[in-house]
Amino acid sequence: MSNVFKDYEDKFPKNIMEGLKAYIPKDTSETKTRKILEEAWKEYQEACVEAGECVGLVAAESIGEPGTQMTLNTFHFSGVAEMNVTMGLPRIIEILDGRKKASTPMMEIYLKKPYSAGKDIRKVALSIKETLFSEVATGFSINIAEGVIEAQLDREKMKDIGITDAILGKQVGNHLKKGYTLRISGDSMILKCRSKEEALNELYKAKEKIKTIHLKGVKDISQVLPVRRGEEYIIITAGSNLRDMLQLEEVDSSRTTTNNIFEIAEVLGIEAARQAIINEVFKVIESQGLNVDVRHIMLVADTMCTSGMVKGITRYGVVSEKSSVLARASFETPIRHLINASLVGETDNLNSVVENVMLNQPIPVGTGLPGLVTTLKSEKKKDAKESN
Amino acid sequence: MSDVYLNQKFVGTFDDGQKLAQLMREDRRRNALSSNLNVFYDEKSDDVYVENGRGRVRRPLIVVREGQPLLTEKHILQLEKNEISWSDLIKQGVVEYLDAAEEENAYVAFFEKDLTPEHTHLEVTPLAMLGMATALVPYANYNQSTRLNAGSKNQKQALGLYAANFAVRMDMDVNVLNYPQSPIVQTVMHDISEYDKHPAGQNVVVAIMSYKGYNMEDAIILNKASVDRGLARSTYFRPAVAEELRYAGGLIDEVSIPDKDVKGYKSERDYRFLEEDGIISPEAFVKEGDVVIGKTSPPRFLSSLEEYSLASSTRRESSLAMKHGEQGIVDFVLITENEEGNRLIEVRIRDQRIPETGDKFTSRHGQKGVVGLIVPQADMPYTGAGIVPDIIFSPHGIPSRMTISHLIELLGGKVGSLAGRKINGTAFDVEPEERLRHELLSMGFRENGVETMYNGLTGEMFQAKIFVGNMYYLKLKHMVANKLHSRARGPIQLLTRQPTEGRAKEGGLRLGEMEKDTFVAHGASLLLKERFDSDKTLVPVCENCGIIAVFDGFKNKSYCPLCKENTKISQIEISYAFKLILDEFKSLGLYPKLELESKY
Repeated sequence: MSNVFKDYEDKFPKNIMEGLKAYIPKDTSETKTRKILEEAWKEYQEACVEAGECVGLVAAESIGEPGTQMTLNTFHFSGVAEMNVTMGLPRIIEILDGRKKASTPMMEIYLKKPYSAGKDIRKVALSIKETLFSEVATGFSINIAEGVIEAQLDREKMKDIGITDAILGKQVGNHLKKGYTLRISGDSMILKCRSKEEALNELYKAKEKIKTIHLKGVKDISQVLPVRRGEEYIIITAGSNLRDMLQLEEVDSSRTTTNNIFEIAEVLGIEAARQAIINEVFKVIESQGLNVDVRHIMLVADTMCTSGMVKGITRYGVVSEKSSVLARASFETPIRHLINASLVGETDNLNSVVENVMLNQPIPVGTGLPGLVTTLKSEKKKDAKESN
Repeated sequence: MSDVYLNQKFVGTFDDGQKLAQLMREDRRRNALSSNLNVFYDEKSDDVYVENGRGRVRRPLIVVREGQPLLTEKHILQLEKNEISWSDLIKQGVVEYLDAAEEENAYVAFFEKDLTPEHTHLEVTPLAMLGMATALVPYANYNQSTRLNAGSKNQKQALGLYAANFAVRMDMDVNVLNYPQSPIVQTVMHDISEYDKHPAGQNVVVAIMSYKGYNMEDAIILNKASVDRGLARSTYFRPAVAEELRYAGGLIDEVSIPDKDVKGYKSERDYRFLEEDGIISPEAFVKEGDVVIGKTSPPRFLSSLEEYSLASSTRRESSLAMKHGEQGIVDFVLITENEEGNRLIEVRIRDQRIPETGDKFTSRHGQKGVVGLIVPQADMPYTGAGIVPDIIFSPHGIPSRMTISHLIELLGGKVGSLAGRKINGTAFDVEPEERLRHELLSMGFRENGVETMYNGLTGEMFQAKIFVGNMYYLKLKHMVANKLHSRARGPIQLLTRQPTEGRAKEGGLRLGEMEKDTFVAHGASLLLKERFDSDKTLVPVCENCGIIAVFDGFKNKSYCPLCKENTKISQIEISYAFKLILDEFKSLGLYPKLELESKY
């Protein structure tokens, strides 16, 4: 029985093989199984792309044409005014260009058991949200004569978020420059400069720096929104920090994800990034009610990730990797590409489509691909002589 | 304390800005201040803005006091008797002009019956919110606004009697409708603009039905007999202009029949219509290539004159000929002088345009369409009374566009033509549809305008009753005769050796980047190559250095400019555009070396 499967193991891709194994009942006879597999193999070959099929261009057209129909480029979450997500064409462009910074980074945080059922969901969400010093301060004043910076604290807010004087003192203390002393008394935090000589300029800089001190939560997470999805609760955030998020004990690290592809590539590796590109692009296309086969997107994601890191479809990314000078030059900044190529004396072997269109020669796809292998008459004679 | 600004410049303060604005307005109505002055009180910032400069858009409104318009029956009687005029009403403060800013302080009633004590103004007529062309759309208030936009836009492109003196004018590219009519369904704007003096369409019988699919996608069907009777016939005028230019050295262009030894002489046939003075004779029927004004110019460079010293033969031919695809009859010849004192010859060519499939027509409701088929009268559907429609309009144009006015005009036009009177279709002030229906019924028709019709081809009665009536139809200036274009072979550009662009130059139809992609996607490699063969060339290439070689026509031999003789030179077939880009590489200082290898 397993022998029959073994024969086909190398032929089928792994997941199709597994599917077949699961589908065929265990008690099927060997000959019958063989017959089924033979049929499946025929079908599989039928479904394969023919040699010379122009898959890249078809993928480009298949994504590009629906792209012209896309509208509505942002999506808003109800309840949180500051949270919106770039969608539509701008988002697709952003992903395919391989921009390091997403315009609206966002995370979907799945939680472990008790929390996923909704236990302390608000508290968990709030603990994730980043709190900066400026959020708990109501005002600042600088006394130049004494070299003192005074910050009024919002006690109520501190209590809400759960920041004690100890945390405050520790976090601010960590970021302080030498020569400052810190004292918290009542509703104000007083920073004193030991050397009174400190210029106003310096004091001002110090004040601005204090404002951005991170007090609590996960860095870069500016907004949190607990949402019920199906049976469980998840947290959607504005801002993204995958690495730190996965460290948290409440977080289900196997499902938590971000829309920042570079972060995924860094934390989880290139294969995860490839899947993230596919998911993100497909999400946009689906949300627009358009219908594009995933395999087109998979092809694009593959080309972006084959080098081992995420590269955009730009003149600095994927296009710069083309082997043909003329193909590169025909994309963007032709003169730069030509001059750089001439500096190293590059040769263009005219192996791809663009170059051959330029030269008005048959392009090596479809009917232009197969060639006739034959020996010319003159060469035949030569061969004959040599063999003699 | 409010700040007061005059023409955006601060001039002072006033205790109560609201009061100041009020006082100034009263003064204006009493004629103590210029009627050209507008005051705006901004409640938010407590500022008063006074404007009397130019460039503001203003519109007239009737002043209302305590819920009563100041314009009374007495005024109207006086106006009718011509005792007072519009400007008197302004002087009396009955009507005033508001600009965009002052409108913000006004509360304007649309109709007199809507007036409350809070209102400050009354609209002169609701029609005032529409522009000139939009007000020409009958039953406009029954429509979606986008259709009004389309309707008024279309009217501007309609052919008509654009100027009464067109016969003595030399306009560029104009059309005149041969038998224009005054519309049966009119608005007051037709009276105001004296539309009867420059009508732009014709009243036709329209049936709303389909005809064998030839009127799908907004197309319309024309009745051949109607066309033969002169429906939508128009004349196209286009002048050919030539000037006797003066050149340095006292040389001058000369209008005459060119001598046979002139450089660039066409053929004797091309000059056959010219009279002795080199200008074509009126009423000559000219076609493409025929010379309209014969002209020769002095040689371009004086040096070439000395070289060959054959002074007479070096003049250049620079005649004005009919362009590709053009034809017509010479209508009028004008000989005059221009500002520089050069002799100027203008020849107006006229061409009769009989409606044909592809010409564009429209009703006044943004329901434009192209003629899909011209049907012999015998094959057209007819009503029980024997009425044959001039135009068949597709019913599919109605639901999505919701042009109710189109349907009402059809009904109104039917009543108007049967009763022999004009129907008022002014927006917001129409003759009620109810009454039109009654009148139609009283004349022995179905009150909803439908009629039993018969298939013209088979004589069978149509199951459905067909909505027929009269409408005002416009012929638009886009005619196929000016647009039809195709090319198999033809002129190419000098630089790129690719086909020229555009209809006027008998150009090719570009197979662009995205179209190319479709060929690639289908894997039609060799078909794609063939499409792009338009500029293919054989280029000699030196196999030693890979540079394009030079062909010496005298020796009938190619040689390499770098390696000189004795190198192997092979012909390669590439697009001329690629040869050009290789040249550009060289101009960049790059060395584009071609490495040749055998194709097989």
